[in-house]
Amino acid sequence: MTAPTWKNPVVRWIDQRMPIFTLLQHDAVEYPTPKNLSYWWNFGSLAGIVLVIMIVTGVILAMHYTPHGTMAFDSVERIMRDVNYGWLIRYLHMNGASMFFLVVYIHVFRGLYYGSYKAPRELLWIIGVLILLTMMATAFMGYVLPWGQMSFWGATVITNLFSAIPLVGPSIVTWLWGGFSVDTPTLNRFYSLHYLLPFIIFAFVFLHLWALHTSKSNNPLGVDVKQPGDTIPFHPYYTIKDTFGLGVFMIIYLGFVFFAPNFFGEPDNYIPANPLVTPSHIVPEWYLLPFYAILRAITFNIWFIPAKLIGVVAMFASILILLFLPWLDRSKVRSARFRPIYRQFFWILVIDTIVLGYVGANPPEGNFIPLGQVATAYYFFHFLILIPALSLFERPKPLPESISAAVTKAMAKEAA
Amino acid sequence: MTRKAVLSALAALVLATLPAAAAEAPKLPKQAWSFEGVFGAFDRASTRRGFMVYKQVCAACHSLNLLAYRHLMGVDFNEAEIKSIAATVEVQDGPNDAGEMFMRKGIPSDKFKAPFANEKAARAANNGAYPPDLSLIIKARKGGADYVHALLVGYKDAPANVKVPDGMYYNAYFAGNQLAMAPPLNEGAVEYPDGTKATVDQMAKDVVTFLAWTAEPEMEERKRMGVKVLLFLLVLTGMLYALKRMIWAAVH
Repeated sequence: MTAPTWKNPVVRWIDQRMPIFTLLQHDAVEYPTPKNLSYWWNFGSLAGIVLVIMIVTGVILAMHYTPHGTMAFDSVERIMRDVNYGWLIRYLHMNGASMFFLVVYIHVFRGLYYGSYKAPRELLWIIGVLILLTMMATAFMGYVLPWGQMSFWGATVITNLFSAIPLVGPSIVTWLWGGFSVDTPTLNRFYSLHYLLPFIIFAFVFLHLWALHTSKSNNPLGVDVKQPGDTIPFHPYYTIKDTFGLGVFMIIYLGFVFFAPNFFGEPDNYIPANPLVTPSHIVPEWYLLPFYAILRAITFNIWFIPAKLIGVVAMFASILILLFLPWLDRSKVRSARFRPIYRQFFWILVIDTIVLGYVGANPPEGNFIPLGQVATAYYFFHFLILIPALSLFERPKPLPESISAAVTKAMAKEAA
Repeated sequence: MTRKAVLSALAALVLATLPAAAAEAPKLPKQAWSFEGVFGAFDRASTRRGFMVYKQVCAACHSLNLLAYRHLMGVDFNEAEIKSIAATVEVQDGPNDAGEMFMRKGIPSDKFKAPFANEKAARAANNGAYPPDLSLIIKARKGGADYVHALLVGYKDAPANVKVPDGMYYNAYFAGNQLAMAPPLNEGAVEYPDGTKATVDQMAKDVVTFLAWTAEPEMEERKRMGVKVLLFLLVLTGMLYALKRMIWAAVH
């Protein structure tokens, strides 16, 4: 790492005292990146950009929003009707949340498919799981702020989960609410935390990038970078590829914002919160549905442990289990391309989470109950039994010597 | 093998749940609305008639709290019209210099005057039922415009096996089929100045068009901007792709 000499005297003056330009040169320009990254590698930078969009639109919304039980709903409608381009800012924020999860879920499944969680990237992965958890908390609290029927009843259902904790549960719920039901004090603290948590996410993203730039990007082959010919500088190759990806993403995102802004929303949330009227069917936003299904899958007590407590534990466990994935999967081969059996089970897991989402969106009755239970059981089976077992029994295909070797071979095949 | 077995088991379970989900209210008849589609805009003649229907029929029980009279500029009412519409109501203002509240004529910046002072008064006048605010009704119901239209024209005699209590009305599209609102629209309930025949269906369509506007007053501006933004993005992204191809051409 030789520090470049900067021609501009101001840049040189700053860089000698705080080498920020050298850092950018190393980590945003020269940064050696595997040359075979596919478009699945676009979603990390997209997630970062969506986070910035969410913070910017959120800060503007906060200038016009009133976190009070009798005023919150109307203040959001004032933003929609009377604030200049308020509807645009609000729809960007609302649909941005859905896009953020869409992008991040693709990013996570990319990591699962190509084994990006394996050594030496365990910490990078763990920080990513913490980002996901913080995102969920932030999104949940944000959904409460418009103070519609789903906001209110969603908050009631989720905060009530903590009442499942033995002995102290009910006291914790009262403490969370700041009263004896979800009301203005609850709304106030959710607003405060909803403003705080994105900055915590931002800090986690910084750590995520730090860890990434220490161990460098994984790649579709999952083999280590071995020689300089395996990599290309981040700029201009990946800056242009990411920018093109951003263009495609913006077309989809803004397509929703301008032409179907309430596609991801529930009509009930345009009815002001009413503690006396429970909606016939309380559902969270789509991105939390699989976890909601796991929560409701447990309909039976086990021994003396009540079903509700097991459901809550299962729901949190379904995410926390990801923290242990680097040690559950003992296979040395990262990419599913060379793991013929894992690859099939990966897709079954994708289908399983979609089934869980479908169950979560429907009322817990009839066949949805066993379907949710089977899908939940399979989810845990995948991580706790299948993954460890596969690493023992699966015979991976031979790995290519290096990234360059594989790329050159593929090119030759194409030419022939 | 395992994959196939698991997949077919899941598929079977998913299919088994479908009929349970389908057994609900009758399917909403799909209407052709002026405000649908990428270039959709509110039919101004219809919003104007719809406002009449709201004012002469719905406003007897339903408020429109999120709207001020000045907002009517958004569907091409002119200033003089809005002033005279606002002036038809008496609103309380004050306190004046003597510290007293007083009544005055409405002005364009006033919010639409609600028919009842509060929820209790509304329930007292409506047999215990609370007529909902209509500002967002089209966005706040599954099925949106089609649902509200179907509900307005969907009053029928109850089937023989259903007993409807006094003060309730049978409606095929309402959840539970029993609705406290009497059939609100009767043939010729309003007299349209533009000569349109005031059938129940016509009035329902007009008032729904008006309410679609009150729910999404930004819709026309939003779609117009969206078309420009997306065209710009398509061209930009196309150029970015060409640039990407150029820059990557040398990498092998």
